[in-house]
Amino acid sequence: MQVNTNASWIGRLYAKDKHLFRIILLIILWSAFMAITRFQKFYTLINFQTMASQFPEFGLMALGIMVCMLTGGIDLSVVGVANLTSILMALLMKRLELADGGLAFYVIPLSFVLAVGIGAAAGAFNGLLVSKVHIPPILATLGTSELFTGISIVITNGKAVSKLARVYATTINSKLFGLVPVQLLFFGGMALVIWFFLMRTTYGTKLYMLGTSATAAKFSGLNIDRLLIKTYTLSGVCAALGGMIMLANYNSARADYGTVYTLQCVLIVVLGGVNPIGGSGRISGVVLATILLKMLETGLNRFPKISSYYISLIWGGVLLLVMVLNYFSDNDIHLFRHKRSISIDSGV
Amino acid sequence: MQKTLRKLSQRNETYIAIVLFVLFLLIEVRSKQFFTPNNIVDILSAMVVSGIFAIGTFMVIISGGIDVSFPALASLSSYAITKLLLDADYQGGIWLPILMAIVFGGVLGAFNGFFIGHLGLPALIVTLGSASVFKGFMQGTLKSVQLAVIPPGMKDFGTSALFVATNAESGLTSRMHSSILVFIVLLIVAWFILRRTMFGRGIYAIGGNPVSALRAGFSVKWTKFWLYVFVGVVSSLAGLMRTCMMTQMHPTNMLGMEMNIIAGVVLGGTAITGGAGTLTGCMLGTLLIVVVENSMILIGVPTVWKSVFVGALIIIGIGVSAMQVYRANSIHRNRKLSREVG
Repeated sequence: MQVNTNASWIGRLYAKDKHLFRIILLIILWSAFMAITRFQKFYTLINFQTMASQFPEFGLMALGIMVCMLTGGIDLSVVGVANLTSILMALLMKRLELADGGLAFYVIPLSFVLAVGIGAAAGAFNGLLVSKVHIPPILATLGTSELFTGISIVITNGKAVSKLARVYATTINSKLFGLVPVQLLFFGGMALVIWFFLMRTTYGTKLYMLGTSATAAKFSGLNIDRLLIKTYTLSGVCAALGGMIMLANYNSARADYGTVYTLQCVLIVVLGGVNPIGGSGRISGVVLATILLKMLETGLNRFPKISSYYISLIWGGVLLLVMVLNYFSDNDIHLFRHKRSISIDSGV
Repeated sequence: MQKTLRKLSQRNETYIAIVLFVLFLLIEVRSKQFFTPNNIVDILSAMVVSGIFAIGTFMVIISGGIDVSFPALASLSSYAITKLLLDADYQGGIWLPILMAIVFGGVLGAFNGFFIGHLGLPALIVTLGSASVFKGFMQGTLKSVQLAVIPPGMKDFGTSALFVATNAESGLTSRMHSSILVFIVLLIVAWFILRRTMFGRGIYAIGGNPVSALRAGFSVKWTKFWLYVFVGVVSSLAGLMRTCMMTQMHPTNMLGMEMNIIAGVVLGGTAITGGAGTLTGCMLGTLLIVVVENSMILIGVPTVWKSVFVGALIIIGIGVSAMQVYRANSIHRNRKLSREVG
């Protein structure tokens, strides 16, 4: 009896959201594998705290890319925005540093407010290019990514901004109640805000509608331009917060930090079940995909014999595997039942 | 005469050619160094690798797809070739490496082609994944390191010169690499495929509208598959040329080139949505990016400004053409509407 209810519960979850189900399954499998092979080294509080302090920096950027992808667009400029923000704020903090090497109490909140402002401005610029100038999102954000990185290089002359006041890094790197890393709070907070926007406001409904069919959205009288600008602004804010966390984690800022994050975040978002054409995807999937990737990476590092370069091979492999699984389930192909029903258009 | 002028004014290539010409003049006026034999030869040499990559990217974008895996593909295949030939102590000429590049590139391209053509998955996501796989395979499985020595055949080809250009005033010389011949041959092949074969028609047709192409009798699956195989071959050859010209194998050197190449192709008037664009425009756009990357220093702009200029160029260039397309479409639509109403 117990087994039966369990099976139906799992079945219901699978039927409700296949992407989410697969990611949870992958996380469980990987956790079990780590438990069998490297229990002592993986299952420690410190290890989990370290992971939780590291993934928010790219997790936040992935959230930004996610909202853009829901509209059928993409934001490739997140890393550019993050680096520009962290460089400007690092310079600001250096300027406002007190004689004893500390920071006045208002500096950290101020820098976060300014960072959000910069991110919003950069995102709004992306949104303008996409909505008013009608540049395809992939190209618009590609261009602004180059532009923001370029501005960062010009400001810093290509060098790193370092020797910041220790206060900032120690504040962000501290743990709430000695347990929860502060970085995680930022990520969790932003994920909640976006969840609220998507699920509890008309903005979210409009966003999904725009992603499902731009034409239908237009003829329903949605103000698409304003919607797009809002979305890219939101993405810019996420990226800027990611940049602030990067600044704390590295305790320095530079124009070419985190360049691998762009593709990695797109990977996370797609892995999390967001449809690249737009219109469907859940925040829970993206959050779980972020955690899964971090667990894979940290887990692999526990095997010193395996080169860390295999991580990119595994990421790419997992992405392709998930896409192929989606293809099979979407087209109703059952590998072991010889029941193939592909319509003529599916090859398109 | 007026007809030709009007025709020219409607084409994107004209505008990009004018921009290029103004840029050339600007650099020439500021530095007196642009129209010197050695500078022109230098720019042509810089065009070889970017240009070959651009041919492949151009064909993919025409078909309505996009490929971000070509630098990883080129790195993997040229690393494998160099390593295999070094291990075998190969002493022969350039033909075997070229043959290997074609085979390796074809196989890796078929990997992309299978997912994109046969399973119909989105090209951006597939190539993101395959770029990651190729890179991981090269760095993890093949344990890639920088190879300071390359086989003598490749080295000879890389250092051989068609002619040497000398700047009469400064005495600086530049060699015209033989690899430009490969570039020219590939350009002719691509032109022939796109303009003179049914396969090329198919690429344009799929980019325009895949359903219509299917109804018109094109096999969307196989056209896409062979397209990605061809692009794999082209990119792999570009990687080999790069290795030969640098006379050493630097595995991660090419990674990250994809964005600028795509930018160049789109600047040349290729529609990112597919179905429209010309090779001439694609080459002009690539040349613009190459010139901006290489010659800003000649007009006294410090190299730190390079990314700002490239970024601004992408935004402005593509923005202008995007506005044109939008306006053309809306005028067309309004006319149609008024006709229907009237």
